[in-house]
Amino acid sequence: MNETLSNRRKEAAPFPARDRNWHPAADTPGYKSTVLRAPKKALIAFESTLSEKTGPAFGHNMLGELDNDLIHNFAKAGGSAIGERIVVHGRVLDEMGRPVPDVLVEYWQANAGGRYRHKKESYIAPLDPNFGGFGRSITDREGYYYFRTIKPGPYPWPNGVNDWRPAHIHFSVFGSGFAQRLITQMYFEGDPMVAKCPILNTISDKRAVEQLTAPLDWANSIPMDSLAYKFDIVLRGRRSTFFENRAEGN
Amino acid sequence: MVQALNQFKETPSQTAGPYVHIGAVPNFCGITGVYPEDLGKTMVSDGVRGERITVTGRVIDGGGNPVGDCVVEIWQADAGGIFNSPEEHRAGADPYFTGFGRCPADTDGRYSFETIKPGPVPGPGGATMAPHITFWIVARGINIGLHTRMYFSDEETANAQDPVLAMARPLGREATLIGKREGDTVRFDIHLQGENETVFFDV
Ligand SMILES: [Fe+3]
Repeated sequence: MNETLSNRRKEAAPFPARDRNWHPAADTPGYKSTVLRAPKKALIAFESTLSEKTGPAFGHNMLGELDNDLIHNFAKAGGSAIGERIVVHGRVLDEMGRPVPDVLVEYWQANAGGRYRHKKESYIAPLDPNFGGFGRSITDREGYYYFRTIKPGPYPWPNGVNDWRPAHIHFSVFGSGFAQRLITQMYFEGDPMVAKCPILNTISDKRAVEQLTAPLDWANSIPMDSLAYKFDIVLRGRRSTFFENRAEGN
Repeated sequence: MVQALNQFKETPSQTAGPYVHIGAVPNFCGITGVYPEDLGKTMVSDGVRGERITVTGRVIDGGGNPVGDCVVEIWQADAGGIFNSPEEHRAGADPYFTGFGRCPADTDGRYSFETIKPGPVPGPGGATMAPHITFWIVARGINIGLHTRMYFSDEETANAQDPVLAMARPLGREATLIGKREGDTVRFDIHLQGENETVFFDV
């Protein structure tokens, strides 16, 4: 926008309040780890200040060539990770439907057998010597990101007597303001274990669970190579700043 | 019926889980050779303006146990109170300071950042906010990232004027937001529950 023709003062706009009922509550005893870790007192709410309206930016030049290729970024020369080859792609948007460009998206996951490359991981499924299990992208000007990986396996975990995580990929997303900071998990269309998951069941609204479930994107599958799943991520949007031409301290 | 607003819902949060280190700080957990350095490990470089400090403390759960698998992120202004962010339109920030740090806790729940003391930042309605650092904590058992702030014990006058501390004061919880200055070190423990539960914000 041409600033000389606009009556808008250039300043970071605030974020509307988060819909805390859409997110999981802090204290969800069905997911036992929350019992000692959920704050018990009410959050103190205030409108975002500069400290939350600003946030770090990361340059595209930070990325290595294979950072968004989990099939190869940890593999030995000539090797590749074992499993069902997939592409995961989508856009980072805000609540107003605007693309969020140039933001860092990080992801991590178990291997095809459901095993993480971590010293505390004790599941009997084997490690894949060619799979590290993490990568990162920075969205382009249209908010688009993609990466290639293998479909992670489900895995059992100590919670109830026989609890299993559905296949999932963990996502960490930065926005343009630190108030948008988000960590979440992506699930796969058609997985019968989604309904049984104590972590997914921390979310009370079924539509919110659907928002975390990526559809099989048949049209974007690569013949003789990879299936595709589409996962759009929505960050908090910035409010329009009507009548906010007041000085913000300077 | 009325026109649709065409607004979307924010993607719901899910716990970072027990293996957040793999994605956030792979070098820390021994997966080397993919990223040259873990994100947010280095906040300052030579030539940085301001007072260099170490901010350190422990993250403790409701049973008094260390939260040894969490990741702590911080975000702050530079010594002049300017953020190194495209959303900062007032002035250019110190190019030798990123303002963003990320640190995995050790098994004792301890985190540590080598940073600088931030300057004061303009707040709502023309008020000035005392120097502070924003904290964001994620871990297994935390369903949505916890947002808080650390202020400085050696800023009593500025703290007394701060509009955010003013909200915690009548609840008798202001002290949970103050890091204790000891020389070049500022100590700031975060209690997820219990008598000294840290104030967390919905912001
Ligand atoms: Fe997981």
